[in-house]
Amino acid sequence: MAKAETAARAGAPAKPKTSKDELLQYYREMLLIRRFEEKAGQLYGMGLIGGFCHLYIGQEAVVVGMQAAIGEGDQVITAYRDHGHMLACGMDPAGVMAELTGRSGGYSRGKGGSMHMFSREKNFFGGHGIVGAQIPLGTGLAFSNKYKGNDRVCLTYFGDGAANQGQVYESFNMAELWKLPVVYVIENNQYAMGTAIARSSAETHLFKRGASFNIPGEEVDGMDVLAVKEAGDRAVKWCRDGKGPFILEMKTYRYRGHSMSDPAKYRTREEVDHVRETSDPIDHVRKLLLDGKFSSEEALKEIDKEIRVVVNHAAEFAQTSPEPDPSELWTDVIH
Amino acid sequence: MPTEILMPALSPTMEEGKLAKWHIKVGDKVASGDVIAEIETDKATMEVEAVDEGVVAQLLVEEGAEGVKVNVPIAVLQGEDEPKVKSNGGTAAVAPVAKAAPKAAAAVQPAAATVASDPTVAAGTPMVTMTVREALREAMAEEMRRDPNVFLMGEEVGQYQGAYKISQGLLDEFGPRRVIDTPITEQGFAGLGVGAAFGGLRPIVEFMTWNFAMQAIDQIINSAGKTLYMSGGQMGCPIVFRGPNGAAARVAAQHSQSYGSWYAHVPGLKVVAPYFAADAKGLLKAAIRDPNPVIFLENEIVYGRSFDVPKIDDFVLPIGKARVVREGSHVTLVAYSITVGLVLQAAEALAKEGIEAEIIDLRSLRPLDTATVVESVKKTNRVVTVEEGWPICGIASEIATQVMEQAFDYLDAPPARVTGKDVPMPYAANLEKLALPSVDEVIAAAKAVLYRS
Repeated sequence: MAKAETAARAGAPAKPKTSKDELLQYYREMLLIRRFEEKAGQLYGMGLIGGFCHLYIGQEAVVVGMQAAIGEGDQVITAYRDHGHMLACGMDPAGVMAELTGRSGGYSRGKGGSMHMFSREKNFFGGHGIVGAQIPLGTGLAFSNKYKGNDRVCLTYFGDGAANQGQVYESFNMAELWKLPVVYVIENNQYAMGTAIARSSAETHLFKRGASFNIPGEEVDGMDVLAVKEAGDRAVKWCRDGKGPFILEMKTYRYRGHSMSDPAKYRTREEVDHVRETSDPIDHVRKLLLDGKFSSEEALKEIDKEIRVVVNHAAEFAQTSPEPDPSELWTDVIH
Repeated sequence: MPTEILMPALSPTMEEGKLAKWHIKVGDKVASGDVIAEIETDKATMEVEAVDEGVVAQLLVEEGAEGVKVNVPIAVLQGEDEPKVKSNGGTAAVAPVAKAAPKAAAAVQPAAATVASDPTVAAGTPMVTMTVREALREAMAEEMRRDPNVFLMGEEVGQYQGAYKISQGLLDEFGPRRVIDTPITEQGFAGLGVGAAFGGLRPIVEFMTWNFAMQAIDQIINSAGKTLYMSGGQMGCPIVFRGPNGAAARVAAQHSQSYGSWYAHVPGLKVVAPYFAADAKGLLKAAIRDPNPVIFLENEIVYGRSFDVPKIDDFVLPIGKARVVREGSHVTLVAYSITVGLVLQAAEALAKEGIEAEIIDLRSLRPLDTATVVESVKKTNRVVTVEEGWPICGIASEIATQVMEQAFDYLDAPPARVTGKDVPMPYAANLEKLALPSVDEVIAAAKAVLYRS
């Protein structure tokens, strides 16, 4: 029952135009997220990362495609499965990994952890731990854009689980009422923690959830970075044109557990394996690169090697960066 | 029988109002449902409809009369077949009604003479008398003029002119871009405000009352209060959440709650709860300029009270400083918000019995200015804290703890508390009165710590 496979890929619009450089960039960025997350999982297993750690493996095409659709000054905000978003925003992998290990070299100087990281410089506004809370926040970032009269757009990500929170609809209402430039990117990985979408949602087509607010919505194959980019372009343009919010439901899939300790009882191993084999977003781009003769096995291996160097460096930094000074306990509580 | 039409109350807290307009004159026939007059208070306007039928025999109050007490007769109706009440006809013959400006809530407002001047204001500074409501409005208007990134959002802040008229006139001056009527969606607009603050703006988010902010408390605490810390100092949240807090009058349990200790508990927030108009103005201006989220707790019953406010161009007070409102050597009375009025009254009564109370208005609950309290207790050796909030884990509990930690050896009696009773607010008038702290309870507590009966 690999639902991701049956998602919009079959009904997707005509193949978007692409180039060698674009494909290589997507490949590189998705692979960085994948390798980073694998390493994070390993460090977690070694006891170097504490608390919760929500890995993004399987969903890489969503953030990489959406990031390609936005530009300088646009904002990104998400929930707690956020490592991929940060890397896609261009944040330093070493700074992200060091935050996971709670070290002073982390983006929040070790005080935020996996779920709470930010970068003003990269316009990444978190990293929020309460399911659904980032949705009014992202709507407010969009409000600030409109207030200032610029044409910036805020990408506000949330999952299929968060889609059932009341504040989503409070936000939808105000966003459409005031024509705020916000793209709501629903990452439907089909499981709210361990609850399959059909067990939690009366209407499982989440792109329709804006209908009663007159917000347009589209279902997108979130395993296909090109489809994501193409839909992202359309949604972002809608916002920049002053037409208000837009909803993109990304049909995607998470290979790993909800967090690190996951009973894995709510779906079968076969289901996960099937998606990996048939719909993997990185394999998809790899195939496009090879089939289109844009790249070779050797060249891709070289990229893989480069990324391993980056990730290994991040892991090393995350273990050697010192823990925060005890005085840090009392800083940043209040300005 | 002639029927008297009485001055109606527009709200549970209204004591008097203005008869803005008569829609009837003597001799008119009135049917139930006819609009007969318009009544105004400082926060609302209402058309008065006739309940009884008959012919207008007398208008007892002149059009435009201010300070008309609730429940006094304003007109007399005569049954159509009844003999006429003696009348000269027309409103010109109506006995004149005093037009003197009303003293808002005079019965509970202590005389200004008992209040010590604010040491942060230079002696001889000219003063202007205004209500707390006007002071809050001026603070917002001044800050909005000063900083184009300041805006006000909330339910009914614009076209309706504010549920409690705090924002009256702001829409006219600043327009709908900066004075924004929101849907009834507290969690949504509180979170949206926080996001706007992250985006570089300086929102003032009005809650119609703090009771409704419980729907938004996650955004206030988790998003506004903690993000600076969680981001290692990158992400400040300059936002003011404000609105009336505590019991109003006869609105029962869900609308009568005091949130001082709730928010004062949270690191990352500042919490302000002024009583006087000057503090309302100076502290709200400070709150709007503050780079942190500030919880600004107002009080509906205090909105209409008038006090002196320094006539200074840019009057800003520091957050986190208590003020000695009355000096005395026998007992320290600590209060904030509406209970400052209560302890001022108690102090007057105590003075007649030879007990001189020192009164401290906390003004801010976080940071809590314990130094001022401790200094006073070192002089008086006794302390009573008076608040409307519940007793368990209240501000009064905190004051007691701080005094014991910092001035234990100076105490001649255990710190005492006078608080709201440990029950949800009842509706019945007599029970509501019992649930709230009273002047008598403050007097009794002060005497108890002095071991006097």
